[in-house]
Amino acid sequence: MTSPAARVSQELLTVTIQKRFSGERESSFLLDVEFVAAKGFTILFGASGAGKTTLLDCIAGLQSPESGKIAIGDFVLFDPAARVNVPPNRRSVGYLLQSLALFPHMTVQENVQYGLAALDEGERESRCRVILESFRIADLARRRPGEISGGERQRVALARTLVTRPRVLLLDEPLTALDAVTRSQILDDLRAWNHAHGIPILYVTHQRAEVFALGERVIVLDAGRIIARGSPHEVLQRPESETVAQLAGFENIFDCSFVAAHPEQGTMTCRVANSTLDLEVPLSRVDTSQPLRVGIRAGDILLASLPPQGLSARNVFPGVISSLEQRDVTVVAKVNCGAEFEVHLTPAARDSLQLQVGGKIWLVVKTYSCQVMQTVDSGGIKILIFTGDPTPKSCCGITCVRACLRQLWGSPAGASCTKPPA
Amino acid sequence: MILQALTLTLRLAVTVSVILLIVGIPLAYWLAFSRKRWKFLVEAVVSLPIVLPPTVLGFYVLVAIGPLSPVGRWYQSMAGHGLAFTFGGLVVGSVLYSLPFAVQPMATSFAAVDRQLLDASALLGASRGRTFCRVVLPLGMPGVLTGFVLSFAHTLGEFGVVLMIGGNIPGTTRTISILIYDQVQALDYAAANRTALLLLALCFALLAVLYGLRRRASWNLWGWR
Repeated sequence: MTSPAARVSQELLTVTIQKRFSGERESSFLLDVEFVAAKGFTILFGASGAGKTTLLDCIAGLQSPESGKIAIGDFVLFDPAARVNVPPNRRSVGYLLQSLALFPHMTVQENVQYGLAALDEGERESRCRVILESFRIADLARRRPGEISGGERQRVALARTLVTRPRVLLLDEPLTALDAVTRSQILDDLRAWNHAHGIPILYVTHQRAEVFALGERVIVLDAGRIIARGSPHEVLQRPESETVAQLAGFENIFDCSFVAAHPEQGTMTCRVANSTLDLEVPLSRVDTSQPLRVGIRAGDILLASLPPQGLSARNVFPGVISSLEQRDVTVVAKVNCGAEFEVHLTPAARDSLQLQVGGKIWLVVKTYSCQVMQTVDSGGIKILIFTGDPTPKSCCGITCVRACLRQLWGSPAGASCTKPPA
Repeated sequence: MILQALTLTLRLAVTVSVILLIVGIPLAYWLAFSRKRWKFLVEAVVSLPIVLPPTVLGFYVLVAIGPLSPVGRWYQSMAGHGLAFTFGGLVVGSVLYSLPFAVQPMATSFAAVDRQLLDASALLGASRGRTFCRVVLPLGMPGVLTGFVLSFAHTLGEFGVVLMIGGNIPGTTRTISILIYDQVQALDYAAANRTALLLLALCFALLAVLYGLRRRASWNLWGWR
């Protein structure tokens, strides 16, 4: 976008929030986060009910935290200590609501100009024209939201938010409802806009693909707390806690038991529970007496229609296709080789292998596609309390398992820290 | 005589429904969006005229505007004459009596406006006033229209309150419904029939126009959904 007034800001969004809220789950829990977002995309990643939308609502001023501080540069938005709580209409925060909330009784043009009331007519017109053109929706200016497609509505809502030149941009799952092609087009538009303006952008999603498409930094939220942060690669590619792993899209997670370690080969063997299937996985520091879990991404598994030979991959299993289903541009195959694997492949691959339900197939998994995670069960909780962790005994439910996972994630030694000191 | 009563009735109905439009919109807005704990009390008071016999309401209004009450005395000192048995008195009584018919449809339609649209408006920098004028009012317009027409029609057919407050003074307080009562008392059934038929036709036409308009006027007029 070539807006002459495009400014590159160096303002940081600093957020500290404590807020008790009732999520979609039954229990109410505490949203307790602290982070700084620089210009560019910061992805907020987490399951629904993790507190992502509440967090954005607090930054935009639609909800008030109980305590904390929110500021853009030195513009303080919320600080109960100084009795500051700027109302949402004066925060200069652009917030694209998940529902888009386009005004149904106004045309596209009126919608986009809604936030420009303070400008004079000419400036309003020209800004609106520029942004409509850059989002390729200029020909829709006279239509109403009910008369345009979902992807077009998404663009209009985005344009309406961006045209006000906010100092911080909040996007709540803006692309969830769209097809893959439209999604990538709008991602391109967003990236271009970000390149020109460079303000902090918080982008909420639970789709792994979007994290990798946009992400410079990712913050993983679970039950109101930040459980991981860093680059998408660091956080999602090699997750050390199971919560992150599930969020990161490990479609296959198997309960396993430790069989043998082969330090000289850099591998170890694990048996998938209730089967005779032995997986060869990277050698990792785990407590071998405790159950393990192995995560494998569905997209990392190869299929072969003939017995493969001369491969570096250590895990080759014969199996039978139990189901085939196409979702969007991905074919989801379930393959039974003693344990059921979910495999993602393209329609082209399905056709060239002539896959069909009931057909015999070989499944190939590289050792390094297997991610070892240690499950923490209630035994782990006792140990954590034993080692002096201040976790109160009263919370030995789900929350405490989470607390333990967090503890595991935070420690450099990984999962082996659950061993009690001698 | 019938023409005189008709003009008076229409004048009363127009005055009352316009006043209710002005008073009703802010009241309905408050009812739809206030988070005050005692809101339910106001809601109950506003709805009272629906269940109360008109004689009860008329009686208290009559007392309130009479020379014994401070309001009545104040009005008398300002206007030089009392409110009771005047057109002004009729207006006061009718406004109170038709209040729920104006306010309830308005409040319902304001409350039905998607909260996310209000949030979106605030996020785009709009004050509450601007949000109301540009979002709540246009989207709640069908309810405002309904409230206006209902209060108009309700005032047209009003009897008890008018009789209590206004009495039966030709040209000043004798509305159509009072005229019918008069004619029946005088055993002039033919005249009563003509007058009654006129009122029936008038009210039917009004409601037919209202519902006809509403069918087209809802969101479809704006090409949504």
